[in-house]
Amino acid sequence: MTDISDRQQLSYIAAQAADARVNLELETEGMTLNIGPQHPATHGTLRIVAKLDGEQVIAADPVMGYMHRGYEKLSEVRTYPQVTTLINRIDWLGSFANEVPFILAAERLMEVEAPPRAQWIRTILFEMSRIANVVLFLGDMAVQVGAVTPVFFAFRDREHILNQIEGATGGRFHPNFDRIGGLKDDLPAGWVAETKQVMKKMRAFCDEIETLVMGNEIFQARTRGIGVIPADVGLSYGLSGANIRGSGVDWDVRRDNPCGLAYDQVDWKVWTHPDGDSFSRFWVRLQETREATKIVDQLLDGIPAGPIMAKVPRIIKVPAGEAFVETENPLGVMGYYVVSKGDLVPYRVKIRSASFNNMSITPWLLKGVYVPDIITILGSLYFILGDIDR
Amino acid sequence: MSSNDASTDVEVVEEAAEPDTAREAVVEQLTAELGDAFVASHLEPGIDLTVRVTPEAWGDTGAFLRTGMGFAYFNFLSAIDWMPSPFGRDMDSQVDLTLGHDEKSEIDSTIETGTTGGDTRFQVFARVNDIVNHLAVTVKADVPDDSLTVPSWVATYGGANWHEREAWEMFGISFDGHPGLRHIYLPGEFEGNPLRKDYPLLARRVKPWPGIVDVEAMPGDDDEDDASTSADAGGEP
Repeated sequence: MTDISDRQQLSYIAAQAADARVNLELETEGMTLNIGPQHPATHGTLRIVAKLDGEQVIAADPVMGYMHRGYEKLSEVRTYPQVTTLINRIDWLGSFANEVPFILAAERLMEVEAPPRAQWIRTILFEMSRIANVVLFLGDMAVQVGAVTPVFFAFRDREHILNQIEGATGGRFHPNFDRIGGLKDDLPAGWVAETKQVMKKMRAFCDEIETLVMGNEIFQARTRGIGVIPADVGLSYGLSGANIRGSGVDWDVRRDNPCGLAYDQVDWKVWTHPDGDSFSRFWVRLQETREATKIVDQLLDGIPAGPIMAKVPRIIKVPAGEAFVETENPLGVMGYYVVSKGDLVPYRVKIRSASFNNMSITPWLLKGVYVPDIITILGSLYFILGDIDR
Repeated sequence: MSSNDASTDVEVVEEAAEPDTAREAVVEQLTAELGDAFVASHLEPGIDLTVRVTPEAWGDTGAFLRTGMGFAYFNFLSAIDWMPSPFGRDMDSQVDLTLGHDEKSEIDSTIETGTTGGDTRFQVFARVNDIVNHLAVTVKADVPDDSLTVPSWVATYGGANWHEREAWEMFGISFDGHPGLRHIYLPGEFEGNPLRKDYPLLARRVKPWPGIVDVEAMPGDDDEDDASTSADAGGEP
């Protein structure tokens, strides 16, 4: 471990030096390379304008907004329950997790608390969204270094999770299951036992990925020491999730501020990795997926009995006030700043999405790397375009 | 279920029984550092803290929070337009009608700012976290109506760069010292500031029958129409 860290430190220094680098050995010429908006490595419509000197990046500027849908504006004309249908579409791989912080913010303003049973089921579905989302990353990260098989395994095994989410909520991608004051429905019969089986399958998938990808020599060479983010830089850019825990920062909203969710009821661990490179971000996500299956298993064992909805008025008017609630979503910290003036519609909703902050470090991070490393670094930061563009 | 005065009194006492020393200390520290520039604060014990500073002190507040108080984590930065929408309280959503609002009811244009008060139409607000002590603070500042400019936070928090570009684009607020204020989501030639309350959301407008009435003619057709009508007008008399 120590000699790797040394190497990473050296590469970080090299990346810094590249900023003011003068190439004396080769006559290179500056050129601009456009990656995207339609490129397999950009997870959607993202364009990166990279200024190159030879094969080295001297400046990289992401251009987004190709899919900007204006959810903050639209939220101002939709009632609180209607907003959940919009925010489902922000991070489309872990939709249920998007709904939770907004619903919690509305509940805080209304001074309503969901019954314990609803909180537990919420937490279970939240973690299942995380698995459904991150599983795809684990496969996709291998694609960025040239291995195609793992992503097929990921799609294959994600089906099990999606089937379970569909079984409980009726929707595979956009559950729209969360309500102010609780949940739309109770769990169907036999769902708990089936989900436990699925969790076993997901743990097997994690083992498979570990043997297939993590020990692979090419994967190690392409990710170790590449894209190093020091902890203080990561913090000042507002990175979250595995991106900041991969830099050794021990911070997880699930543990540190579990408002309205049942994380403090179960036994689990926050994973961190000290290196801060592309590999450590992959490693943290793999451990987190395993940990998520364990959280779900424990929660499934102890779902409290009782109602799933608190008493809320039929027409929801939220009292005037301001509330910010953030949760640890699959991509990182997601929060909603809801300003209410006592109307049926929110006055202002600020969506703090994880990927927007996570991407904002790329101009700093891509400086000095080589062209193929752009792909692995972007892959390891793991963003969803809907989460950036909103 | 009985909501008599005694029970509400007890609740108040309970809330007061657990003072939030950590957040109160943050308020004290900020007051000591900023002096008169510290305008107001709103503390929800055990939940959250919002403070308001003067626009001149906006940049210094960020720098002090990061270097002097350990709020190393940049969470977000954005703005609020407090002017009520000129299109009505709920804009043009149908819920207005179902709840018996008179459609022609007067549009209240008085500006009410949120929990920490304010004097201007726009406010910038940002949130930073202290991830060691698990504290967070939302900082707000009025944006001067005549210049719509506040100091930039980019030098303090690198992550503020994109957030300020977004606030500039959506609200038209400039950030003094930002390295490159340019569009981030919208096309470069886009005009207007979409998140301002007086920017209409045309997708929600119901058009009178037969639906689409204001189709613009294609540029070519337009010329022909003009030419023909003028020719007609000139030819008839």
